[in-house]
Amino acid sequence: MILEEIKEEYVKNLLKKGKRADGRGLTDYRPITVQKGFLQNTEGSALASIGETKVLAGIKFDVMEPFRDRPDEGVMMVNSEFCILAHPGFESGPPNERAIELARVVDRGIRSAEAIDVKKFVLEEGKVLGLFIDLWVIDHSGNLIDTAALAAMGALACTKVPKYEDGAIIRTEFTGPLEVARDVVATSFEKIEGKAVVDANDEEEIASEARMTFATCGDDLVCAAQKSGRGAFTKDELLGLVDLAFEKRKELMGKIR
Amino acid sequence: MAQNVSSVKLIDGDRRLDGRGVTDLRSLKITAGVLKKAGGSALVEWGKNKVLAGVYGPREVFPKHMTDPYKAIINCKYSMASFSSLEDHGRAGPNRRAIEIGKVAKHVFENNIFTNLFPKTMVNISMEVLQSDGGTRIAGITAASVAVVDAGIPVKDLVQGVSVGKIGGRLVVDLDKIEDNMGQSDIPVIVSLRSKEVLLYQLDGMLTRDDINEGMDLVFEAAKLVREKQVQALKEKYERVEEQVADEKPAAGKETEEVM
Repeated sequence: MILEEIKEEYVKNLLKKGKRADGRGLTDYRPITVQKGFLQNTEGSALASIGETKVLAGIKFDVMEPFRDRPDEGVMMVNSEFCILAHPGFESGPPNERAIELARVVDRGIRSAEAIDVKKFVLEEGKVLGLFIDLWVIDHSGNLIDTAALAAMGALACTKVPKYEDGAIIRTEFTGPLEVARDVVATSFEKIEGKAVVDANDEEEIASEARMTFATCGDDLVCAAQKSGRGAFTKDELLGLVDLAFEKRKELMGKIR
Repeated sequence: MAQNVSSVKLIDGDRRLDGRGVTDLRSLKITAGVLKKAGGSALVEWGKNKVLAGVYGPREVFPKHMTDPYKAIINCKYSMASFSSLEDHGRAGPNRRAIEIGKVAKHVFENNIFTNLFPKTMVNISMEVLQSDGGTRIAGITAASVAVVDAGIPVKDLVQGVSVGKIGGRLVVDLDKIEDNMGQSDIPVIVSLRSKEVLLYQLDGMLTRDDINEGMDLVFEAAKLVREKQVQALKEKYERVEEQVADEKPAAGKETEEVM
């Protein structure tokens, strides 16, 4: 599309001079908000926004059978939905590869950080709690992964575990707050004109050669990473991004807790 | 939840379970222009319902063979988020109910939008139920109408709806989920107050001709308040825009007032 080519050129020309269209520095986030407890019918929820990007996370528990190979563990699942009202390019239908990647990267971060102890979800023989983290993308102006991770962690931070009685969940009664062992934060970098840009907006994403996401779960622990896109990174570039991810973690942590 | 309620009276004298009278609506808040990317958008918070509507178009038709050389085609999608109800986690993808609601909502906007002004294009209207408590299709279409106007698409009227139904032998307006599930009847209605026309009408339960007649009057009366809220939401959006323009300092990452 001709308009996209023009935008791409514009973004690239600015970045050659070390500038961004909205005046931000290369490692600056747009304004961030996390609104916890946005929904009342869920066990936990949060609406996260970075700039004009908005992702709503809703958390539900269900009673289910454990996976056959893990009888002494509950279940945790992350799903994402790219609502068609979020972007003119989104189409209805089953999740596409981008939606699946988003859910899986967030899932990997939370799972590898052992943030949720699924062993505590065992109810009785053959019955466990399933924790569903649903990520609803409702406005897409770039950097969905970081926004979705914020929404997920914001929602988990206010999630309550429902009471279980006679084989069913009592939706309005709770045993207590869900324990979250570690807070996971994702920071994505887009490589444009050889420079790594933090929190790219959708126009910058068009111009990007490659994306690197690092999820951290402590001051010196990376718990997930995903490289995406055609471009490549050198070892030194990657290590530089890891350092930056730890730096940005401090900034984002304040929004979750 | 429902089983605890079966023994409870849904209506006692003129008082309903949540304290409302027979013609009282639940609290209603409408916010227009809540999304950046959509051409028009609105959030309706109606009782515990939270429904987001977004509109794209008129734009090029896809798939192409659907093109109508004389008018715009309307696509409507109604979907419930898997976490929207108090019950279990929902299944992914549209079910038969969602597809039917999408269809009847489409008919509302085929009537309402001046489609003949935009031949060979399509308008996509999406209603996303984020939280549900009975009456979500009404809330969705009420939101969608605001979103369509917010998108600048010419329409005959703002359309709005209210449900009317029977609980404990009495006709009541704006049924919530318990009243819908445990009551005798529920009729979601969408009307245009300007033309006094009914654009959507779905009924289940058993009602007499008199009930239907009286119910319709209740709907048209209650729709006036809904319409006021719609108009107010659109006005407020432009007031917000005006304020933004007035103190326009397009600095980096300027924080605007968060409405959602």
